[in-house]
Amino acid sequence: MASIWEYANPVKFMRLTDRVLPWVSVLAGITLAVGLVWGFFFTPDDYRQGSTVKIIYLHVPAALMAINAWFMMLVASLIWLIRRHHVSALAAKAAAPVGAIMTVIALITGALWGQPMWGTWWAWDPRLTSFLILFLFYLGYIALWEAIEDSDTAADLTAVLCLVGSVFAILSRYAVNFWNQGLHQGASLSLDKEENVADVFYQPLLFAIAGFGLLFLALVLLRTRTEIRLRRTKALIAREKMA
Amino acid sequence: MLGVDSLTVTRGGVPVLEGVSFDVAAGEALILRGPNGSGKTTLLRTVAGLQPALEGQVNAPEESIAYAAHSDGLKANLTVSENLSFWAEIFGGGDVSSAVERFDLKSLSDRPAHSLSAGQKRRLGLARLLVTGRPIWVLDEPTVSLDAFAVAMFADVVKAHLADGGVALIATHIDLGLDAKTFDVGPFKAKPRPTSGFDEGFL
Amino acid sequence: MKALLFRDLQLAMRAGGGFGLGLSFFLIVTVLVPFGVGPESALLSRIAAGVLWIGALLACLLSLDRIFALDWEDGSLDLLATSPLPLEAVCVAKALVHWLTTGLPLTITAPLLGLLLSLPDGGFLWVFISLAVGTPALSFIGMFGAALTVGIKRGGLLLSLLVLPLYVPTLIFGAEIARRGVEGLSVSVPLMLLSGITLGTLALLPFVSALVLRINLR
Repeated sequence: MASIWEYANPVKFMRLTDRVLPWVSVLAGITLAVGLVWGFFFTPDDYRQGSTVKIIYLHVPAALMAINAWFMMLVASLIWLIRRHHVSALAAKAAAPVGAIMTVIALITGALWGQPMWGTWWAWDPRLTSFLILFLFYLGYIALWEAIEDSDTAADLTAVLCLVGSVFAILSRYAVNFWNQGLHQGASLSLDKEENVADVFYQPLLFAIAGFGLLFLALVLLRTRTEIRLRRTKALIAREKMA
Repeated sequence: MLGVDSLTVTRGGVPVLEGVSFDVAAGEALILRGPNGSGKTTLLRTVAGLQPALEGQVNAPEESIAYAAHSDGLKANLTVSENLSFWAEIFGGGDVSSAVERFDLKSLSDRPAHSLSAGQKRRLGLARLLVTGRPIWVLDEPTVSLDAFAVAMFADVVKAHLADGGVALIATHIDLGLDAKTFDVGPFKAKPRPTSGFDEGFL
Repeated sequence: MKALLFRDLQLAMRAGGGFGLGLSFFLIVTVLVPFGVGPESALLSRIAAGVLWIGALLACLLSLDRIFALDWEDGSLDLLATSPLPLEAVCVAKALVHWLTTGLPLTITAPLLGLLLSLPDGGFLWVFISLAVGTPALSFIGMFGAALTVGIKRGGLLLSLLVLPLYVPTLIFGAEIARRGVEGLSVSVPLMLLSGITLGTLALLPFVSALVLRINLR
């Protein structure tokens, strides 16, 4: 049984993903289409929220992926720091913009949903605020990658930032909860809709979530492949210069 | 006292020198030679412990190396003697006044460092070596911007250091008049690595 | 470490800008706020505590990029890294100096500036205490950010982008203490949480920053 670490070898990784990526992409497309079409057109309107509730099929999966992307970056950063597999560092780099976009999608769909429901585009609700902060973390992480020329140094520093950032992101999450409670006790705005989602809404939502997950996987694989090629080009140029 | 064993050093992740080995016994100096960009600075930084070696190792007693490079680590707003006393204190208290004396900085000792000429700053930077009290000196182009007189003064200091049982590893193009072996880094230039190994295709 | 602490303080005094710049900035921000939101003292006294915290935070941010940059440029950092002083101690000394030259003066002047913003009577003590407890965390987090960006030319803006999100919990708890103090509520929970953050950053970030510096030096 081959060890999973073998795929941290860039050549093996490229070979594997070359075969896997088309399947993942197609599967992502199908699941996403099923989830969204089912959710948008074949579920009844909510008796209170009308058809606006259907934005849930974009909002919830995007929000989940926004958090999972950061979590994936955290794991990839740890693997890089401990085992020094370049592919891992590059995968973390590749996931960041995808995660950032997911965060933006979650924020925008949230605003679109919030406007008719609460009568406001934005409220300093703990969840909304946390996502905004998460977006700032993504921006900082991406900017640090861009700013450092030497790729190993960049990988090391961004990995450390990711670890420290995760701790502070969790702290912020609790701080924001605390802060908002302090402002207006018993906030009437709650996003805990998942709790009371009925089965008719729930099943297509599962498809949408799976679709977003596969889409995320496909995008990260694709971007990691690009990063590996970019890295290889750089290495070849450096070697050319040396010779 | 200072031993380097089949060392491979990297710059920006790319090996520049490989298989470098030499030994310097107490009282000896070794002069590094090689064209610009050949990896002398990288080698010296690796020996000084500022960057990790890709392969091989540096053998030296703990905390025995004093490193001096192109920039002297001087603070423009501190006087000559303040600059020196600071480093003396950090390195555990060497003799500041004798260092001042030997680099002929006495008349300047109350001047702030920003008012010194480039050569005077360099002398101050080298005087720092004396106050560290460390036996192994790793010097990167120490004679830059020194005049002939100051170079001779510096050579005398190095000779005295060697006579005391110290060691010096110096990258320089100037003949310091030391009775020292030279070490040409040219033959150790790293060859492109074959594309095998774990991270193939990267390096 | 004492030598480094002493030298950096001396440098901050001689170069000017050390104490003066952050404080003037703090003053200017405080003066500008009423121009922006209007002179009604009822409104000002409501937001005074928060404004003082934001002002202090921004003033702190202003001098962060100097923590390591100067020593990096003139080669001192290389020499410190080869000295018997562990880099962790260097980090602690640097953060302490930053706090002594910005955080501490800001904490002391904040109550005075509170007068300009009609800070309610109960607020002075708690603004002072919350800043006294919180600003060391700002300095240590900032020191970590400075260590991350030390090798980057013109890293100032990037440094702000990295550090500001990390400041969120400190700001929230700090401002919360001040606000609760103003309203006469119990401050013990946010005060404990803020102390926790400060102690945590003091204990852990010097190690992380030293690691980051070593990566940057190589």
